[in-house]
Amino acid sequence: MTVDDDEVRHVAQLARIDLDEEEVDRFTEQFGDILGYFQALDDVPAVEPDPDLANVMRADEVDEGLTQREALRNAPETEDGYFKGPTVS
Amino acid sequence: MTAQTAEQRDLTAVIGLEVHVQLETETKIFCGCSTQPDDDEEPNTRTCPVCLGLPGALPVLNEGAVEAAVKVGKALGSEIPEETRFHRKNYYYPDLPKNFQITQYDAPICDSGEIEFGVDGDRRTVEIERAHLEEDPGSLSHAGGSIDTAEYTLIDYNRAGTPLMEIVTAPDFRSAAEARAFLAKLTEVLEYLGVFDVTRNGSLRVDANLSIVDAAEVDEGGGIDEETLESANRTEVKNISSHKGAEKALAYEETRQKNAIQRGREVEQETRHWDESRGITVSMRSKEEEKDYRYFREADLPPLRVSGWKEEIEIPELPDARRERFREEYGLDAESASKLTSTKQVADFYERIAEKFDSGLAATWVADNLLGELHYRDMAITDVTDRLGEFTRLVELVDTGEITVKNAEEVVLRRMLDDRLDPETVVESEGLGKTDDDAVAAAVSDAIEENPDAVEDYHAGEDGALNFLVGQVMAETGGSADPGTVNELLRERLEG
Repeated sequence: MTVDDDEVRHVAQLARIDLDEEEVDRFTEQFGDILGYFQALDDVPAVEPDPDLANVMRADEVDEGLTQREALRNAPETEDGYFKGPTVS
Repeated sequence: MTAQTAEQRDLTAVIGLEVHVQLETETKIFCGCSTQPDDDEEPNTRTCPVCLGLPGALPVLNEGAVEAAVKVGKALGSEIPEETRFHRKNYYYPDLPKNFQITQYDAPICDSGEIEFGVDGDRRTVEIERAHLEEDPGSLSHAGGSIDTAEYTLIDYNRAGTPLMEIVTAPDFRSAAEARAFLAKLTEVLEYLGVFDVTRNGSLRVDANLSIVDAAEVDEGGGIDEETLESANRTEVKNISSHKGAEKALAYEETRQKNAIQRGREVEQETRHWDESRGITVSMRSKEEEKDYRYFREADLPPLRVSGWKEEIEIPELPDARRERFREEYGLDAESASKLTSTKQVADFYERIAEKFDSGLAATWVADNLLGELHYRDMAITDVTDRLGEFTRLVELVDTGEITVKNAEEVVLRRMLDDRLDPETVVESEGLGKTDDDAVAAAVSDAIEENPDAVEDYHAGEDGALNFLVGQVMAETGGSADPGTVNELLRERLEG
């Protein structure tokens, strides 16, 4: 399975990632390789699936969550209790 | 086509709506974080690993959200399928911490349905295509300017994960006014179900699709064939957050598209943003198409089979049914019945009053006096639902003749609302208890003695003289005398 460079540019744009031409070439090749690896799954014989689960639900009751400090702890940038990020459009 | 022929075209708007409503539950749709904001709450204080999308966190569906969705389906007359599933809708935007939104795609919880509503005196029925459950994203603020000019973005995930229901209509609307009337009816029904709070900020968000076709393409039943719809370019208008906003945005968009067509230009198929403050729609240049969302099954959530359970979920009497019952059971006219069923809270309030008094008296007091005074003060019935007892006592004071209707309406009710006083306190402090007979008789004598000119005019047959004397007596008794009695007494004395 092959992927062309336009497809890579499109996916990069959806993921809001800026790629230069050299990176586009590199990822085009890598995408092809990765999709190739997944093709191996086609050769795996089918197995019995686990029995179907259904209706796994919880009662509408409040659980304790994270404090603001905990919630923000992994963020590279914060301001006044908010996560801070680049502009979006 | 030339501009010349375009000018003669008779054009019609075709509108469909996607309405997002927040469901009133205690907790978020996939985690136990509260959905109820505290006053002046800090950002990011109602989150957990699930709604922050932290690695390894697993969503578990909230039973309360499913129950609310089933109620909505029942009220819309939807088919609730044997099995429903969740999907991931992938897109990269900072309001989604996981880079995907859990939503429903090919198997929504509510399929089909309809809503009937009134607009300009006509009844209209609009088809519902589907209604599905999904999670609300977080909220963004664009620091240092608008969405175009901001320097950076601040993100609050308190809202992320609030259960949303997206209700999608068929393109059945032909005008902005119809869309508005539909939204009013839809929110009324949702409030009756107790699954929606219209007063909550951001609880209603609407996306609208609008295209323009030749009026001749609309058949007698108001239908338009698929091919015509497909061939007309449409715009999707986002960022509408109220009934009024929907009407304004759609009226603007209709005019914009009609103008383009009349000038022989093509309408571009695109997404547009409703700018409420400027009253215009602007192009958003979205590059995403449906296939770009790469919908796929949410493997962390097993399918939902509600068919065995849905029969147990009951819905209350809905507005149309209640309105009809009010007309029959309480003998109300159409207008009063309509006013009294405008919200569930008003209807409940009325029924509590009507239990104790004549249904007509109760209707006058709730529909005319109370709602009128509340409206004048920009208040709602929900501001006084906890004062049902006081209001009952006010009607009782009138019903038993202890105060005059005029005083009850103009003094007691108003001060109850303005100063939060109970009716007895107002009656006492204003001295409104009906004046006893002796005091009225004395005031009548005084009025006659002190106004010989008026007495003379009365005997000369002048119409205004008696009213003038009644006014004097009322003034002297502080308005607490019954005007009918005063009138009678004066006539007796003057004629006698």
